[in-house]
Amino acid sequence: MITATHYLLLSVGLFSLGVIGVLTRRNIIIILMSIELMLNAVNINLVAFSHELQNVVGQAFAVFVIVIAAAEAAVGLGIILAFYRNKETVNIDEMNLLRW
Amino acid sequence: MDLIWLIPLLPGLGALVNGLVGVRAFGKRTAGLVANAAMAAALALALYAFWQLLSLPADAREHTVRLAAWIPPIPLALGNGAIGGFTVPWGFRLDPLSGLMILVVTLVGFLIHVYSTGYMHGETRGAYARFFAYLNLFAFFMLVLVLGDNFLVMFVGWEGVGLCSYLLIGYYYEKQSASDAGKKAFIVNRIGDWGFIVGIFMVYGTFGTLDFRAVADAAGPMGVEAAGFGTLSIITLLLFIGATGKSAQIPLYVWLPDAMEGPTPVSALIHAATMVTAGVYMVGRNAVLFSHAPMTMEVVAVVGVATAFMAATIGLAQHDIKRVLAYSTVSQLGFMFIAMGVGAFAAGAFHLMTHAFFKALLFLCSGSVIHAMAGEQDMRRMGGLKPHLPITYATMLVGTLAIAGIPPLSGFFSKDEILYRAFLDHKVIWGVAVATALMTAFYMYRLMSLTFFGAYRGPAWEAHGGRADHGHAASGGGHGHGGGGWRGPHESPRSMTVPLQLLAVGAVLAGFVGVPAALGGGNAIEHFLEPSFVARTAAPPGATAPATHEARGLGEAAHAAESKGGEGTGHAAHLSRSAELGLMALSVLAGIVGIAAAYRIFVRAPEIAETLARRWSGAHRVLSNKYYVDELYGATVVAGTMGAARGLWAFDRSVVDGAVNGSGWLTVSSAWVSHALDKYIVDGLVNLVGAVLEAGSFVVRRVQTGLVQNYALVMLFGVFAFVSVYLFVR
Repeated sequence: MITATHYLLLSVGLFSLGVIGVLTRRNIIIILMSIELMLNAVNINLVAFSHELQNVVGQAFAVFVIVIAAAEAAVGLGIILAFYRNKETVNIDEMNLLRW
Repeated sequence: MDLIWLIPLLPGLGALVNGLVGVRAFGKRTAGLVANAAMAAALALALYAFWQLLSLPADAREHTVRLAAWIPPIPLALGNGAIGGFTVPWGFRLDPLSGLMILVVTLVGFLIHVYSTGYMHGETRGAYARFFAYLNLFAFFMLVLVLGDNFLVMFVGWEGVGLCSYLLIGYYYEKQSASDAGKKAFIVNRIGDWGFIVGIFMVYGTFGTLDFRAVADAAGPMGVEAAGFGTLSIITLLLFIGATGKSAQIPLYVWLPDAMEGPTPVSALIHAATMVTAGVYMVGRNAVLFSHAPMTMEVVAVVGVATAFMAATIGLAQHDIKRVLAYSTVSQLGFMFIAMGVGAFAAGAFHLMTHAFFKALLFLCSGSVIHAMAGEQDMRRMGGLKPHLPITYATMLVGTLAIAGIPPLSGFFSKDEILYRAFLDHKVIWGVAVATALMTAFYMYRLMSLTFFGAYRGPAWEAHGGRADHGHAASGGGHGHGGGGWRGPHESPRSMTVPLQLLAVGAVLAGFVGVPAALGGGNAIEHFLEPSFVARTAAPPGATAPATHEARGLGEAAHAAESKGGEGTGHAAHLSRSAELGLMALSVLAGIVGIAAAYRIFVRAPEIAETLARRWSGAHRVLSNKYYVDELYGATVVAGTMGAARGLWAFDRSVVDGAVNGSGWLTVSSAWVSHALDKYIVDGLVNLVGAVLEAGSFVVRRVQTGLVQNYALVMLFGVFAFVSVYLFVR
């Protein structure tokens, strides 16, 4: 029997993978992908609780998050493209223009 | 007579035209014409006014014209506590004394103007017009002086003639000595003017008016200050100080001899005939005041006789022809003051008039001689000029005899009248005056002898003829001839000789208006002038003239009688007719002896003069150095003034400037302090804040690494921390 606990454990695993990816990888595209992982971990969480509590609001939120994630990916990729045209790199450590 | 204000105004107008337009635009002919026309018109008006004056009855010969208010009424507290309205009109008054004066000034002035057209011919066009502008201006001020009906209008003229005198002495202003002499004259006159001004203040304080007639009428009933030294004595003494300045009396006479630096017509007009007599005129104008102050009268007489004597002795040993005449003028002015001092105001005014004629004549003759000698003024370089200058010689001889007092020339009558009155008043004054008269005759004939007789001692000239015309400037002093135009001594042009001849006629005839009673005359001028010298309220009009002939005692008795009558100009006691004739003979004798001695010494045996000068070399040196008075004044007054000025300068430099510089230094140093405060404390605080912030930010900015993942990590830890707190603390 798969309970809410299993879903939550999966969600924690996915989220942790996303966090590690964001903190450790230097490629900005991979960082974006890691953020998607974290968003999807949250989606699992929402759907799991929706099922557990028998409340459909959680599923609606999950759909909303997917939409937001798509928009975010589009904007993020746009920024990356513009950055790349300037700097010819996608290394996150080069993005330090606002430093002192 | 209502037009008497035009008499001064016409020459003033001439001066204006010549001074403003003529100096730039007029030729010599036009400039001379304007000036002479102005003087001629003034002369004609003066004659007309005088004739009208004569046609009035004797006690009504006074006419006042008030043109306008000069100083509008100002309420002032008087010395006696009352409030007086101080008001001064532009008033002119014609009375016998001013009538006589305007006649003298316009007549002599006109003749000298004519003479000047010839004498100044060598000047450049502008300088020529300038000369005539000054000369006309002088006539204007002189006429204002004598016609003014109050002290202030007189003072305007008084200062104006002083100014013109300064301008004309310094006419050759490129010459150091001339401009110095001008300044000297002006400054010495200022000293006298001080006395005059203070005197005017006191007159106003005492009488509450400045009108001559009102002052005289107010002073008439006042007591004679026989014993003490009262207000009237102080006033008259102060006025007399003014007179000594203007009329060159001891101690202020030193400017007049130096004034001979001016052109000769100026010397004749201003420094012999008219301006220098202003002091005498002023004393005569205030005769009532003076006759109430016997102490002052004595001072006046003593100063007069001392000046007359001293100047005459100096005149004995001078070599400059004009200087001899200058000292002679000082001496004759002394005579006039003797007359004033012994109360013979009419005799003084009479001598003033005759002197104006013969002294102007003598000066113009000397100018003619100087003209002939091309600017030479030293008599040692003249001599034997008689055949060259026949007209000048003849006229100058007339002048010399007149000043020496040889009857029947004018000087005899006036001088004898003074001597006679001096004899009545004080024998010592009379004695010194007679000695002076003798010396006068002597030095004047010495001048004649050295100039016209004997051998020619001047420079040689080119013998071959040509026109002895005046292509040269005969200006007195250094202007002289430029080069070889001089063809030897020659007679002056007609414009110069005609005035000489006319003045000579005047010098002969002027005395006949004052033939004394002892010679069967009526002494007309004395009766004519009498109303000007008395207070109107003193006696009923008409009785005045006879009353003055009442017997009076000598000395104290005369003073007592004067105080009783309240009038100062009455005759003192008469001597017997024979005694009077004897005195007359004595004074004539003095003149003849003087002339004879001079003739003997300088014409017959010139070596005697040398011997005398050698034997009395000490005295001779003192005389020719003018008693070292100039040196004395230089060492005392001038050096004292300079020393005081230097002291004040030092005070100014160290104390006044020191204070200014000290306050400046104080400002600078306080500014330095406040600058330091601003820089190190105020700015320091501001900079400290900045520095602290900078140092702090140096540490803190390390946080901003620019590494996005660092930020994300910190964020994560933060979330952990907050969640942990949330979980555990709850």
